[in-house]
Amino acid sequence: SHLDLSGKCLQVFCKLRRKNRNSHEHYLNKQLLDNLLSFLSRSHSEFQEKTTEWTCKMKFREIPTAALVLGVNVTDHDLTFRGLSDVLQDSITPYIALLEAKDCPGIKNLMQKLMGQLMNCDIDVDTLEDEDCVQVSQNRIRCSMSSLISWYESVTKKTDSETPSKKRSSSSRHWKSPPVVVIFKDMESFTTKVLQDFIVISSQHILELPLVLIFGIATSPMIIHRLLPHSVSSLLCIELFQSISCKEHLSTIIDKLLLTSRFPFKLGEKVLQVLINIFLYHDFSVQNFIKGFQLCIVEHFYSQPLSVLCCQLVDVKKRVISLSHEQCENIRRLPSFRRYVEKQEAGKQIALLTNDTFLKEDTESLLKDLHVYHENYVSILRCLHVFTSSLPKYPLGKQIRELHCACLENRVWETEEYESSLQLARMLNKTDLVTMLQQCVEILTSSSGKQFDKTVEKLKEFLTQFQNLEAEASQERDVSVLSQKELQKKTDLYHLQKTLLELKESRRSKKLTKFEVLRFEVVDYMDSLVRKYLVPADDRTLHEIVYFNAANVLRGHLNAAPRTALHTALNNPHWYLKNQALKCDGGSISNKAPDICIVYKLHLECGRLINLVDWLEAFSTVVTAAEEPNAVAASSDQMDDIIQYPFSFLSTVSELELLGFIKPSKQKTDHVARLTWGGC
Amino acid sequence: MSGPEGTRSGRRSLQLKFVPDEEVLRHITDDSGTKVRKDKAQLSVSVKRFVKKLEDISDNEAQEILEEKNYVAALGICAQDPVGNGTNVSGGEVYSFQTPKRSSKMAELASELAQTPEKDVVPDHSKCPEKMAKTPQSSKHSSSNKVQQRSKKKEFLSTTPYRLRKRLAAPDPCLESESEYSASCSEEEDEEDQKEVSAALSGQKTPGQTKAASTPPPRNSLAKKNKEEKMGNLVEEYFEAHSSSKVLTSDRTLQKLRKRRLDQQTLHDLLKKAPLAYAAEIRDLNKQHESLFSKWMLQLHLGFNIVLYGLGSKRDLLEKFRTSLLQNSVHLVVNGYFPSITVRSILNSITEEVLDYIGTFRSPRDQLEFIIKRFKEDSSLELYVLIHNLDSQMLRGERSQQILAQLSSLPSIYLIASIDHINAPLMWDQAKLSLYNWLWYETTTFSPYVEETSYENSLLVQQSGSLALSSLMHVLHSLTLNARGIFRLLAQHQLEKKDNPSYPGLSFQDFYQQCREAFLVNSDLTLRAQLTEFRDHKLIRTKRGADGVEYLLIPVDDSTLTHFLEKENEDV
Repeated sequence: SHLDLSGKCLQVFCKLRRKNRNSHEHYLNKQLLDNLLSFLSRSHSEFQEKTTEWTCKMKFREIPTAALVLGVNVTDHDLTFRGLSDVLQDSITPYIALLEAKDCPGIKNLMQKLMGQLMNCDIDVDTLEDEDCVQVSQNRIRCSMSSLISWYESVTKKTDSETPSKKRSSSSRHWKSPPVVVIFKDMESFTTKVLQDFIVISSQHILELPLVLIFGIATSPMIIHRLLPHSVSSLLCIELFQSISCKEHLSTIIDKLLLTSRFPFKLGEKVLQVLINIFLYHDFSVQNFIKGFQLCIVEHFYSQPLSVLCCQLVDVKKRVISLSHEQCENIRRLPSFRRYVEKQEAGKQIALLTNDTFLKEDTESLLKDLHVYHENYVSILRCLHVFTSSLPKYPLGKQIRELHCACLENRVWETEEYESSLQLARMLNKTDLVTMLQQCVEILTSSSGKQFDKTVEKLKEFLTQFQNLEAEASQERDVSVLSQKELQKKTDLYHLQKTLLELKESRRSKKLTKFEVLRFEVVDYMDSLVRKYLVPADDRTLHEIVYFNAANVLRGHLNAAPRTALHTALNNPHWYLKNQALKCDGGSISNKAPDICIVYKLHLECGRLINLVDWLEAFSTVVTAAEEPNAVAASSDQMDDIIQYPFSFLSTVSELELLGFIKPSKQKTDHVARLTWGGC
Repeated sequence: MSGPEGTRSGRRSLQLKFVPDEEVLRHITDDSGTKVRKDKAQLSVSVKRFVKKLEDISDNEAQEILEEKNYVAALGICAQDPVGNGTNVSGGEVYSFQTPKRSSKMAELASELAQTPEKDVVPDHSKCPEKMAKTPQSSKHSSSNKVQQRSKKKEFLSTTPYRLRKRLAAPDPCLESESEYSASCSEEEDEEDQKEVSAALSGQKTPGQTKAASTPPPRNSLAKKNKEEKMGNLVEEYFEAHSSSKVLTSDRTLQKLRKRRLDQQTLHDLLKKAPLAYAAEIRDLNKQHESLFSKWMLQLHLGFNIVLYGLGSKRDLLEKFRTSLLQNSVHLVVNGYFPSITVRSILNSITEEVLDYIGTFRSPRDQLEFIIKRFKEDSSLELYVLIHNLDSQMLRGERSQQILAQLSSLPSIYLIASIDHINAPLMWDQAKLSLYNWLWYETTTFSPYVEETSYENSLLVQQSGSLALSSLMHVLHSLTLNARGIFRLLAQHQLEKKDNPSYPGLSFQDFYQQCREAFLVNSDLTLRAQLTEFRDHKLIRTKRGADGVEYLLIPVDDSTLTHFLEKENEDV
């Protein structure tokens, strides 16, 4: 059944991975890519049409350059560049070279790499049709700009002459003489000399070779001017592009993957928190976030036997029916299910616990409930987020992911933050309130759940009431103006005082305005929605089937602490070796601990250098005592004492050396140097 | 509070130990089983201090601690996993600072560990004198005796070095008496009646310590000042310990114990014979790990790579994984700990053995590109790579890791590796980590690193030494008697001068003179011819000094030379 499971797991995994990748390309850098494309085509069409602007540029020999500010999440850049080169390949030019700093320590290597990539990609296009095309080995061609130019000329001519033939389809996507795009993936790491040389040389040949540069920048655009002197940077015509920040990126991913009812698999609160924290505190890498998500899927489908039921709603019936007795028992063992059973009446309880078919029917309906719950949850969560994200100081967080975590963790309406945000919501002004309500209506109408018809109606009613209020308000203003006029008429001081007091009195005891009443109603209504729909998932029956909650497993695999494990093993061997002899309280280790623990413990007492003889002596003292606790100092011969245990000592010392705690030292004979400082 | 104790408590408070929150306290005492107390008496001291700390603690500090706690909690470290693999030790404990200790501290701990009765936590004072009494009075310096004695003395000394105590502003009568006593203590001679001394020591020990604990707490400002001072001291301590080349360790050498060094083979044999402690428990541990094998396979196939860490050799585990699951698939085992392993040899075995390609490459990078290309072209190719000790000396370089990372990022190459070095994760930057796509697995096995350390030129096991000795003997035996005499002369001279570190060697003229006197050579030329022969066999090295004189030296360490001379004398 393991194979079966893992097969199923694989299926889901692949599907999700594809989804990830698609979403990545489609939603994230679309804007950026579009801009870049338009930039490239612009710079290129200038080249083709030889406009005046272009000739002007050419006079100064400027190379069109795009500076791409990508942010610090370096690991994700690869993906971005891959997407970029794919898009370019599709629409603009087949001639793209991706260069990395570590491949290009000198200008020669750079040219070699560049030509290798360019000519290779050309070969890839042609090999199928042109058998006569000689395989150009990059090693034989002299790597120089002139050979690059002659290659470019030959290539463009060939495609020109071939255009009428069958190659039409492939070459029609590109222009007649496509630009050569050179992408510097990590601009900051290139040596200044190499970059300068390359730019100066290629600017000399810009007339023959339509070159476009793209700089990938992780820090700030200032780096260009830091790296290149004015004389060189003036050869570039730089345009700046900013990719979206990794945080936005993450938000989109969460939006598309987690806050949707399309996927049956869900993340529990702790797990999500771990993933987000790794992202925020460690690497800002969306790729790693996705990796963590993938791991969650694998873990869930591998370790939870009931994950078979974690599937699309349409398949639920089929799978529930095919459940074996063993699996039914598994369901009965789920804590959430037991809680559910306890709430049922006696007859049903017995049926649930004894009758498999009855259990299956009930399970199916429960799973459907769960599905519906989730659909509703997402919609209401978004509505709530509309409210909370506009409150001052964001008591429930600015991002929807924070709100999501808060709702998953416990009953959000019992938290202080929720209370304060309700208070703040009761002070919203009308325009804000109206726009929020409108947004909520949009969210609810677009959601797949159909049970929101009433809610939408109610919200719309609120909206019309607000509109009516406006009309009423104008009348009210008239009334107040009237009273003001009355006030002006009476000049008598006594009367004035009296009326003022009356006014004050009336204001204090005055009922809330209609707007205020309505506002209270709206907020209370939202509150009731939250209480109804945003119940934490842990309270739902059968939540274990779709929610992955093993945060500690995830953390162990993604954010491991090898040093801590080593520390525990050395200081507290009982943690691993469940032997009574090793157990000891007070934190110190017993003298029966494995040799390595004792040797380690002893070495902690030393300074920078350790005398091996002292160490050995101390070690043998401990081991002797452990073996014969009653006769500690029985032996009088010095040699015997020490020679008795050197073998284990020797090997243990070299093990410590392997682990990196000590190293041999030449400073003094028979001494080793400690490599760690301190210890406890 | 006495100075030395103060330094300790300061450090403890940095480890989030003294948070004024009962829950946190409980959490710590429950979960961090690794809290270590060297001194039982100190435990009570620290508890008292702790109570005081609760009162003293300023809002500011509390805030800081709380914030730190939040951060730690945010990282998910505080998540409740009682069965987790020992990951809930806070970083402060692992990477803590502590004042450097004197050399004899180790002996002290040793004797303490030796004395600790199994379940008895309270130190039994009456026991110590008895033990001391048992030792025969007549014994000269039996080693264990020595240890005990020294340890007794040290218990009087404060745990901080003298210079720190001097620096502390507040004079403490208790402390002073202590140091006075220790001064007298160190002067005492072995001839003194041991029983009396030890009785006196154990008698005085407890009052002294309790006094230190019960000294009235200093006012807040003073405490703060003390704390700052402590921090400053910590930094100074570090640099002091690392700047001075003076080392405070005893001068004893293994040589003085006349302990025979073992050669590799003997050690290996001896180790094999020694029974493994806690074999049953270790087997249980291994069984746990082995149950993960199928999971590993699944995860490898899903594009992750697996790295194993934790104490103990993971070689057997990986071998078992290989034999149980990889029998029918193409796999490559890399023994990273092997001293001559290189990335190139790994790549070569992939191209030659796996891809059946005969040909050479200009650089590893070219080779890697070739491999990547082949694997991308042929999707049916699959390769499991097992690397024992990915962090070994030879593979830990940046370039090697880069290449291995790129290799492992191929979807049809499945990498499973083990690491042991404490700083191994530092090899990888973000870029490499994302290429490797690791899943970390803790596999603490506690099994000895037999294979891994056998190649190391270990500290006590001197492979080169024994090798040099046997070759020395071998060559010398094939020479004439006169030649052997010449060599012996040189060796003796070198041994006489072994205490002189700037000994340049024996000048040729002097050597000639000595040889003549011993009737070993009759002319300058014969000696030269002989020396040429030695040099050809790499028995000697010649160096030209600043004054143009030729100096002769045997490039073998003193111990080997001594052994050699001993053996030579036996022969002759």
